[in-house]
Amino acid sequence: MRYSGFKVITEGLFGNKGWKPAWRDPAPKAQYDAIIIGGGGHGLATAFYLAKNHGLTNIAVLEKGYLGSGNIGRNTTIVRANYFLPGNSEFYSHSMKLWEGMEAELNYNVMHSQRGLINLFHSDGQRDAFVRRGNAMINQGDDAILLDREGVREHLPYLDFEQTRFPIYGGLLHPRGGSARHDAVAWGYARGADQRGVDLIQNCEVTGIDIENGRVTGVQTTRGPIRAAKVGIIVAGRSGQVAAMAGMRLPIESHILQAFVSEGLKPVINHVISFGMGHFYISQSDKGGLVFGGDLDFYASYASRGNLPMVEHVMEAGMTLMPMIGRAKVLRSWGGIMDMTPDGSPIIDRTHIDGLFIDCGWNYGGFKAVPASGWCMAHLMATGQPHEVARRFRLDRFATGHLLDEEGTGSQHNLH
Amino acid sequence: MRITCPLCGPRDRREFYYYGSDDYLNRPGPEADPSAWDNYLHLRDNPAGITTDLWYHETGCTSWLKITRNTVTHDILSVDLVAPLEPPAKPRRRAAP
Repeated sequence: MRYSGFKVITEGLFGNKGWKPAWRDPAPKAQYDAIIIGGGGHGLATAFYLAKNHGLTNIAVLEKGYLGSGNIGRNTTIVRANYFLPGNSEFYSHSMKLWEGMEAELNYNVMHSQRGLINLFHSDGQRDAFVRRGNAMINQGDDAILLDREGVREHLPYLDFEQTRFPIYGGLLHPRGGSARHDAVAWGYARGADQRGVDLIQNCEVTGIDIENGRVTGVQTTRGPIRAAKVGIIVAGRSGQVAAMAGMRLPIESHILQAFVSEGLKPVINHVISFGMGHFYISQSDKGGLVFGGDLDFYASYASRGNLPMVEHVMEAGMTLMPMIGRAKVLRSWGGIMDMTPDGSPIIDRTHIDGLFIDCGWNYGGFKAVPASGWCMAHLMATGQPHEVARRFRLDRFATGHLLDEEGTGSQHNLH
Repeated sequence: MRITCPLCGPRDRREFYYYGSDDYLNRPGPEADPSAWDNYLHLRDNPAGITTDLWYHETGCTSWLKITRNTVTHDILSVDLVAPLEPPAKPRRRAAP
């Protein structure tokens, strides 16, 4: 399925009866060269890059529900490359470059908008930390501009700069940061993978992983057994359950993260704004809704819904930062399941079982990583070697002490 | 969500701090293998269903609590003190002179 302005007009004139599905709905074959468990953003991107970069097209993506029905279908869509630690820095930088070429690569409008991300700071010490972070970003080849209070005021005149608890001292502007249309990212990768021959199999839940003599040989599913010599687990919040099918215990605890959308408003917020001290961030979608969120609910949960204390906290933080949004009505909220690691950084690695690979632990920052995660996981599954920019995302780094604790908050899963 | 503290009764979730899985109760000895520490600090069963984890009644009685609950429904099944209260010591009778 291809789209054009001409097609939209002619279909509009003739009752929209000529649209065809954007991808096939194949039945699973008995055997593939490789299987990807999980049809979310990361899984679909992995399938796309396996086909495009490595010529592996006899592969299947197995999805329990419908494509893009997990966190790629519900998130706050922030794209940024403002990481600091070696290991994270080059990975997210690579991801940003892939974002910038994504629409051309997929021939799909993902509405990627580099509207600029501003992280606010509220003390001299925090300013110093942001100077250091900005320098790390520039050294990586990305962009960062330190703004003083007046500099922030030029961009965001509507903030309450003199609030008593966290007066705004300035901000770190990341001009290439921004947002994108989350569903379109999944759909673009899905269509691209499908066009290259990848089977995207929906309503197909994996119920077991077959292992013989330390090698993976296939999976059991609700639509029958499927054989494959390579299997990739890319299931985000459900990583613990799927890995348990292979006898693994992961350094992951699944937590709930809530987010909120207001009614549609005229354009008022032109950037992505992060107010770290209040655990609050906000942007405005192209439909006009304010998209905002805060921190985890802090307890392990698969409930896909949060509790009221965090709702209250997020609203308070929003009102503290920008009282102008107080009259906007909240349209909806949701809770996503986050695969939290003890250092806040992800895992893209082999497992102790030959042919079984895992890509997980994206915490609550998986959206911006979708292209690079797919790129690196595809590289790992095709070549057996970690990709250069993801080589530190090892599964065993917790046992060996090579942690990537970007925030320096310790080894508790919910503190990242 | 409300949690019934064994000492304070039903209280709002805001009063409690979540620490993590009850794996934290099995602290390895100082001579333990590094893999035991990895198990204790990082690796988790992470069940979708019944789990037992540690909470701290931070703004209440400051007890550490072991809570068994369902991670899918948020139902709380039991709440116990990590360190059961010891019965008060009996007053000792004074020895006869």
